[in-house]
Amino acid sequence: MSTTQPTKLQLGRIGDAVARHDATPKVTGEFAYSSDLNAAGMLWGVTVRSPHAHARIVELDISQAMRMAGVHAVLTHADVPGQKTYGLEFADQPVLAAERVRYYGEPVALVAAEEPEQARRAAAAVRVEYEVIEPVVDMERATEQPPLHTDRPTMAHGYREDERPNVVRHLVIRHGDPDAEGDITVSGVYDVGIQDQAFLGPESGLAVPDGEGGVDVYVATQWLHVDRDQVAPCLGLPPEMVRIHLAGVGGAFGGREDLSMQIHGAMLALQTTRPVKIVYNREESFFGHVHRHPARIWCEHRATRAGELVSVRIRILLDGGAYASSSTAVASNAACFAIGPYKVANALIESTCVYTNNPPCGAMRGFGAVQTCFAAEAQMDKLADELGIDPVELRLLNALGSGDTLPTGQVIEGVLPTAEVIRRAAALPVPDAEPLPRDAIRLPGGAGNTTRGEGVKRGVGFAVGFKNICYSEGFDDFTAARVLLRADGSAEIHCASAEVGQGVTDVILQVARTELGTDDVVLAAPGTAAVGSAGSASASRMTWMAAGAVRDACRAALEEQKRSGGEVDVERIYRHPRTTPLDPETGQVTGERAHVSFAVAAMRVVAEVDVDLGLTRVVWIGTAQDVGKAINPLAVEGQIEGGTAQGLGLALMEEIRTRDGLITNASFTDYLIPTALDMPPVESELIEDAEPDAPYGVKGVGEPPTVVSSAAVVSALRDATGRELARIPVRPDDVVGL
Amino acid sequence: MKIRLVVNGEAREADVWAGESLLTALRDTLELPGSKNACEQGECGSCSVLLDGDLVCACLVLAAQADGHEVTTVEGLRSEDGLHRVQQAFVEAGAVQCGFCTPGLVVATAALLERVPSPSDDVIREELSGNLCRCTGYAKIFDAVRLAASRA
Repeated sequence: MSTTQPTKLQLGRIGDAVARHDATPKVTGEFAYSSDLNAAGMLWGVTVRSPHAHARIVELDISQAMRMAGVHAVLTHADVPGQKTYGLEFADQPVLAAERVRYYGEPVALVAAEEPEQARRAAAAVRVEYEVIEPVVDMERATEQPPLHTDRPTMAHGYREDERPNVVRHLVIRHGDPDAEGDITVSGVYDVGIQDQAFLGPESGLAVPDGEGGVDVYVATQWLHVDRDQVAPCLGLPPEMVRIHLAGVGGAFGGREDLSMQIHGAMLALQTTRPVKIVYNREESFFGHVHRHPARIWCEHRATRAGELVSVRIRILLDGGAYASSSTAVASNAACFAIGPYKVANALIESTCVYTNNPPCGAMRGFGAVQTCFAAEAQMDKLADELGIDPVELRLLNALGSGDTLPTGQVIEGVLPTAEVIRRAAALPVPDAEPLPRDAIRLPGGAGNTTRGEGVKRGVGFAVGFKNICYSEGFDDFTAARVLLRADGSAEIHCASAEVGQGVTDVILQVARTELGTDDVVLAAPGTAAVGSAGSASASRMTWMAAGAVRDACRAALEEQKRSGGEVDVERIYRHPRTTPLDPETGQVTGERAHVSFAVAAMRVVAEVDVDLGLTRVVWIGTAQDVGKAINPLAVEGQIEGGTAQGLGLALMEEIRTRDGLITNASFTDYLIPTALDMPPVESELIEDAEPDAPYGVKGVGEPPTVVSSAAVVSALRDATGRELARIPVRPDDVVGL
Repeated sequence: MKIRLVVNGEAREADVWAGESLLTALRDTLELPGSKNACEQGECGSCSVLLDGDLVCACLVLAAQADGHEVTTVEGLRSEDGLHRVQQAFVEAGAVQCGFCTPGLVVATAALLERVPSPSDDVIREELSGNLCRCTGYAKIFDAVRLAASRA
């Protein structure tokens, strides 16, 4: 069986632009992703999924499927050996649906067979009789419809009590006097569609029974230990009998925080006593993970004639879909960063996430801040227009910085160079307008453009976005690292951080080489057996947390070796400064801080719109981002360019479409992501201002570009067309026929 | 059914069923998992291979259609002297993140540079527009293509 092997690097200390340790096996095709794994005697698993968004299961008949060629097992909810439900934060999601399905594509049964095609045919032969129930699909009406979860799984966890049905979390942040009047008021209602992470490597993994009742699961995931802590109870096993190993990850972006095939594969493997491989296809992948929450956001901004914000009132409604996932934290993040990085003494922010029968939503890069950044920055553009002030000047005038107070009452203690990123992004020179006529490939719509560009209008947009780094609201956020330091000075590092493509492995190796003063360092394949939890590769936290843990473990190992001589093996746990929850009634901080740290990015965009055809082209993007300290500048630029592309996708093309809760575009033919023709050059300036609380001054860099870029791209389209453009993705109809 | 084909210069035989794609045959039967299974409907280019020298999506070719033909996969680009210049350029330029699209892009770029040794930026963008990448935003991939072209 193949899996990721320990890797050895030759070069690179902190601050060096180095090639990835895994780049060579990735360019040669040797790197083993979770869908590439094989084992002797392996069976293939397939998941039977609900064709309805909301239905009662009347009858489940597996007898025909069981009799089919090559079939070794067909399992239903009755076969779940332990706890019947699981969840990242609240166990509200059935391992396999019991009496009721709540979303289109919900797992109902499992099949294991010798060949994948046999498993697929047997899955089609599992007979499920459904009684369809009217689905809850309108998030505005959800709180008036019958509850999807009668036991209210997210209530009584210290959140604001809300008696309405289908509320996942309701949060109010009240600061100062929200009724304070300004000279001028602008308002708007903004909509954000459902975005998919669309990682290229499908959900997949291999479960191998150990012959003693336990199981090893090799899977592409973002948090090994929390996978284990969800899988083991459902299997009825103690945690040590379930070992989760990181297989090669083909992108994540939040979509691998929740479980996909882990429990299912393990159930089939334990039942058949054979290794079982499950690989989703692209259509199934759209059902296999949670998405970015669609949102409706109502805003009212009041300001003085001079442009100073006086009061901001924002109401946010998020559709969490059928199960909670990380919706409670998304609802909070949306609220905490709703206004953007601006000073305002008075604010009222209300954020509500509801259960519906739409696709389940959870973590995606930017995590709540993307949706509100789009709305808040549209408001800033509107305000600038109304006041006749330059949009960049208006943002500078209100820029939030160190020592300022957030609407939650938290004083920003670390570094937040909002004004600096605005100035630096605004100073990037914009390319000259290109003459017409020109090659169609350089027109909006590319080769699909049939005109000579008569209808092309150009616009320049600007936006600023910020969000938190690391976990918040009192979560005990830590990362463990273990260092085996040998007498000859060579070292093996253990850290269960998930390398999802972001480059955390290189961060770990660069830190270890720097601290140990040697290039002779390897990182062992990450797993749950050899080291404590690393926490999740999410919330832009992994670089900060892994750097802290590996630094501390390396320093402890050196000290220990100095004392005892010979080989030493030490494990250390790193925690960032403690956070505390928000007050459930007022949304104000109950301690010093609810969030550890923040990162901010500003972006300038040039775009063209062919208003005759409704086609768009982003010409150029320039951005300045607060990165703390760039451990590997090449990787940081890569994060900025890639994160920008995902925000551009949400602005212009990416949306999961549903009809009565059913996804209608579950393919890359119908769900479009940016191609090489859609992406303009991205010029990025890294603002390095060390974060005092962070190891080496680092900040996470993955999310800010995604937070800001949707807003910045639409700002440019707004400038080109003069239209309000209150919905993303912007559709051709929204910009055609001026 | 049995098919005979030449893969990466080596005569191979595979037992496939009539509906099986070349991609599945390469990955599961011929033990060449370098070509990737990201969409399996010809939209993402992750399974790009050369069929008698032409760039194709292996997921859209039946294994049976490859009977009697020559296939080059990403595994076949590396020679005894080391990495193909396109592979080397992808490593150096930082064009790889999660890497799932990389095999397809490497094969597509190698095919492009065979036909057009010094492509303009617009040609690079158009030629690689059939290969989706979700991580990089393509900037460093373009850098890699230019770097590889400069080393012809």
